[in-house]
Amino acid sequence: MTKLNKDLNGDSSNSTNTLSTTEKISLSLKNRHRKEKRFKHIGLFSVLFGFLLVVILIGDITSKALPAFNQHWVKLDVNYQASWLNISDYSVQSPITKQMKKANYRNVLKKSLYQMFPDVSGRKDKRKLSKLLSSNAEFTLKNNLIAFPKLFEKKTQVWVKLDDDVDSYLKEAFPLGEAGLRIGQKQAQWLAQLIYNERVESRFNFSFFTASDSREPELAGIKGALMGTLLTMFVTLLLSFPLGVAGALYLEEFAPKNRLTDFIEININNLAAVPSIVFGLLGLAVIINLFGLPRSAPLVGGIVLTLMTLPTIIIASRAAIKAVPPSIREAALGLGASKMQVTFSHVLPQAMPGIITGAIIGVAQALGETAPLLMIGMVAFIVDVPSSIVDSATVLPVQIFLWADSPERAFLAKTSAAILVLLTLLLIINLSATMLRSKFEKK
Amino acid sequence: MNAITLPKQEQVNKTAQTNLSEIELTQTVGNIYADDAKMSIRNANVYYGDKKAIDNISLDVAKNQVTALIGPSGCGKSTFLRCLNRMNDTIDICKITGQFTLDNENIYTKNLDPVLLRARVGMVFQKPNPFPKSIYDNVAYGARIHGLTSNKAELDEIVETSLQKAGLFNEVKDRLNDPGTGLSGGQQQRLCIARTIAVSPEVILMDEPASALDPIATAIIEELIDELKEKYTIAIVTHSMQQAARVSQHTAYFHMGKLVEMGKTEDIFTRPSHKLTENYITGRFG
Repeated sequence: MTKLNKDLNGDSSNSTNTLSTTEKISLSLKNRHRKEKRFKHIGLFSVLFGFLLVVILIGDITSKALPAFNQHWVKLDVNYQASWLNISDYSVQSPITKQMKKANYRNVLKKSLYQMFPDVSGRKDKRKLSKLLSSNAEFTLKNNLIAFPKLFEKKTQVWVKLDDDVDSYLKEAFPLGEAGLRIGQKQAQWLAQLIYNERVESRFNFSFFTASDSREPELAGIKGALMGTLLTMFVTLLLSFPLGVAGALYLEEFAPKNRLTDFIEININNLAAVPSIVFGLLGLAVIINLFGLPRSAPLVGGIVLTLMTLPTIIIASRAAIKAVPPSIREAALGLGASKMQVTFSHVLPQAMPGIITGAIIGVAQALGETAPLLMIGMVAFIVDVPSSIVDSATVLPVQIFLWADSPERAFLAKTSAAILVLLTLLLIINLSATMLRSKFEKK
Repeated sequence: MNAITLPKQEQVNKTAQTNLSEIELTQTVGNIYADDAKMSIRNANVYYGDKKAIDNISLDVAKNQVTALIGPSGCGKSTFLRCLNRMNDTIDICKITGQFTLDNENIYTKNLDPVLLRARVGMVFQKPNPFPKSIYDNVAYGARIHGLTSNKAELDEIVETSLQKAGLFNEVKDRLNDPGTGLSGGQQQRLCIARTIAVSPEVILMDEPASALDPIATAIIEELIDELKEKYTIAIVTHSMQQAARVSQHTAYFHMGKLVEMGKTEDIFTRPSHKLTENYITGRFG
């Protein structure tokens, strides 16, 4: 007992000189908490910085894209005079409605316009005047008359689109003579007159979503590229998802571990790092030139993008399959399930969320891919909306590239609007992926 | 107290070391034969790559009785158990030699599909591993993959009787569609047993079925094993000597990949013949 007391005393006398463990810990505690706090701040800063960049990007694109969603229209007093239309044959053999399809609407447009501005004379001025209107205006008149044949030989009012230069001038309100604006002093005066008469109106630009590409910005729309993208993605997903998942399942669950499978594995990883333009060249050389598939087609684009997406899906799927606990496999094997049954009723469903994530990353990559598609001709100027996977088509990123390259001022807004559409598509795909994921995870 | 026991523990380890060299020379003591053997294993060797995990083991698994495999960690008892339904086939580097028979039929022949063998020799694992599916689907899975039933009513019947045999039916009858993973640990293990029973195997292998469970759940499982032996032949690996003593009729003591001693459970626990067995069951090491 006495010895113990001595020891205790010795201990206490010691602790007056040196620090006890608790004191040591509490001293270091301050430092540790400070480190933790610092790390938290750095993390928060990184997140906020990234978020800020995204906000700036989206904000900038949106503000630039907004003009593309509006289009100025002008109300014209149109006279569908037979002589202007160049319809002179009133015989029964050729009905008027048939002749209306071939009539000279350009003449009607011009004559009607000159009547509205009787002061304008001289060829140069007259040409400037008619340049206020979109080149599409005569077709608007034609469609209007064919829709309402009763208007023949009558006066009416028709809304037609203004030219893109005029549209840009009205939207941006630059001072006259500003570089890049191709509106003259006289044209500005005529416009002012039209606006004063309340003949000019800004409307929502539906044709941006219903039309395909055009040389005229006021007529160009996104639908062709959007359809092209959807068709291409359809082909890509249809090929790469089953192939990728089957490949991953085979490599993980069935393949013997030998040199051949090691070699394949290395090559798959290498494939993921190949620059995409190489795949485009491959597509051109093999798929188009050797197999003779059509150029510019979503089918070929989809196959090329499949080559690109496949390694991403295989790698992600293998990781997901590896993460399935072996106890589940053993449980099923122990019950006498065959390897196939184990794989498809247990491993695959459990790995599905991970596989879907991989597939979405792959498809999102493919969605924004431009370079390989340039090589296989999807960069062509295509005015028709593609309706099948063998039609000529272009895709959104290529359309953005094409518009960004166009000199017309109005294409600036169109480019941003197309980017916005692409980002929206991406968002929709990611959202649906998240929903699919959570659905599989619940199971 | 601690200060006193520590040096002694070291001593015991030393004796274990000396005994180890002794065992190299000794044969299995006791009786490896059973009057009515369901499974017989002769001269079994198992290698993991270059490492020998099982060294020349022979024993019988008696029909409708419980055979317990005991021994310290890493002695090869789980490896041995997994050989009995060819679960080790899934491990590439695992090589097995020797003769394994089920009802005098060699189970390691090319003619015998491991799928069929595993339907006849079911397995319950250490960690409860229900499928992430409903309780019903967990039990019905085996019957479904083997096509044992032709209609829903038969399947319902199998699920119900299996759950009843596993003593789980009353606890889960109102929530058969809830996920099996939502049950408690003990219930999950009984679900796994029900799942195994649903295929009507002849032999059930249990790899430390109660090691992850609390004492109450363990007691329930042990009772269950006692009932199950009426219909099934059971081989159980356990770390708990009390458990082996309570549930088994035969006990085999494994050490470093060898079978040291085998015999009737009461003999092993009351009159062990081998020094290693005695050391182990008296709790001196292991």
